[in-house]
Amino acid sequence: MSELETLTRVLPMVGTEPAVLDDERIAHVVGQGHRILSRRSVHGLDLDLEETPDAIVGELTIRAGVTIEQPIHMCFGLAHPTGTQTIRIDVKVEERASARVLSHCLFPVAKAAQHRMQATIDIGPGASLTYSEGHYHGPHGGMQVMPHASIKIGRGARYFSDFSLLSGSVGELDIDYLVEVEEDGIAELTAKIFAHRTDRITLKEAVILRGERSRGLIKTRVVLDGEACAEIVGTTEAHAKGARGHVDCMEIVQGRAQASAIPIVRVFHPEAKVTHEAAIGSVDKKELETLMARGLAPEQAVELIVSGILR
Amino acid sequence: MTSSLLDIRGLTFSAGGQTILDQLNLAIDPGEIHALLGANGSGKTTLAYLLMGCEGYTPTAGTIRFAGTDLLPLKMHERANLGLTLAWQEPARFEGVTVREYLTLGRAALNPEPVLAQVGLDPDRYLNRRVDKALSGGERHRIELASVLCMKPALAILDEPAAGIDMLSINHIITVIRTLKDNGGAVLLITHQEEVAAIADRASQLCNGRIVYSGDPVHVIEHFRGRTCVRCDGEVCGYVRA
Repeated sequence: MSELETLTRVLPMVGTEPAVLDDERIAHVVGQGHRILSRRSVHGLDLDLEETPDAIVGELTIRAGVTIEQPIHMCFGLAHPTGTQTIRIDVKVEERASARVLSHCLFPVAKAAQHRMQATIDIGPGASLTYSEGHYHGPHGGMQVMPHASIKIGRGARYFSDFSLLSGSVGELDIDYLVEVEEDGIAELTAKIFAHRTDRITLKEAVILRGERSRGLIKTRVVLDGEACAEIVGTTEAHAKGARGHVDCMEIVQGRAQASAIPIVRVFHPEAKVTHEAAIGSVDKKELETLMARGLAPEQAVELIVSGILR
Repeated sequence: MTSSLLDIRGLTFSAGGQTILDQLNLAIDPGEIHALLGANGSGKTTLAYLLMGCEGYTPTAGTIRFAGTDLLPLKMHERANLGLTLAWQEPARFEGVTVREYLTLGRAALNPEPVLAQVGLDPDRYLNRRVDKALSGGERHRIELASVLCMKPALAILDEPAAGIDMLSINHIITVIRTLKDNGGAVLLITHQEEVAAIADRASQLCNGRIVYSGDPVHVIEHFRGRTCVRCDGEVCGYVRA
């Protein structure tokens, strides 16, 4: 089986059919290690990526005023048990442009490997970007996954991100996102993670609301079982009049897993407001008992509750 | 030998040094709607939790038999699978779980649409909504009743089923209770609302952990309304002799 087949055959595990790579209306790039296996661009999108010995590097630009109708698929991963992958990418969404990026990170057989993403994202005035990142890992764990990004959201621009790691065992996951939002801009960051075995999760997300009437939401849902552990730090700062932010973190701990959540809110203007809520614990007793009173066994009830939280 | 569906004898429950239920006796027949009235703190909800087997609710003394089976050794889902269920006064919210999932609970053959319509909710508008905080209290109560209807239980314990529901919609609740009966089930109806209690076949008044009066609902409602508690003489429940 080719490396391309090894990666694309698990695309359905992150909710995408491999056939999207054959569709000429849909832009995509597939990278294995530091090699680009397949790519396609569409009108209004500049996909300027190149292979180097130690990284895939380049730029992705959506030109001003262009709306890319179909999602842009970025499939990165490793087709082998060991290896290293580093992606350094600068994403630019020019003024009034709009796009949706589906980033698929695929490590179906990885046992001792590293995936590092270093991204800058610049969203111009009035532009919009939805960035969904889905991870698929096999059962072995043993990976180091480090998605780090610095995101700037221009005046009246919108950024929605959704990170999900819902199957398999990752090993170590270290997410670090810094988002700065200008006047009337909106940033919504959602992360959903199901950690197993001895997974170690570190999730740092910071939203800096610099502009007037800017909005920020950090929403995190983490479920841990086995001996997994997680530390979640969600920071929101509001620096201008009318800025509004909220941090919402929920962690469900099962087995011998451990979790901590640190919501940090800072307000530097009297007419700004940031709120937060954080909950860590086992599955809610009342939810559990309600489902058991309908005949579900405890493990079935937990499964339904957890699947809902991670949806 | 008894033909009762539910047979409670000498049920006693204490918590925090206080006796909440005190040698309570109650029997409910198959297909019977039995209303349970009582002031706040009289033990109605505690009785519901003991019957369902909620965590932390183990009787100090007494027996509970359901369809001839001793309920006390059984876990909640085992009791539910015998045909017993409970609708909470404050139903739980489930982030991410749709109304359709909540009503079917994996039973692929079950069509939840007519049941949802029966509780006065438009299936087109509600089946794909989440059973979460975005629902109003009244909507959540109706979905809870729909969930109970989907089970077709032998005995449904409904704890204040009309709480948070506007007066114009009470008829939906009454229809649901009658449907449960028409399906062959019995209902233990915990309520403060007389118009809901009035549809019962029998009723009981609970005070300070004991059933103080049982019989025709009209008489029990009158007894309840008349502040004539014979157990505590008003000292505990506030229902003083007229």
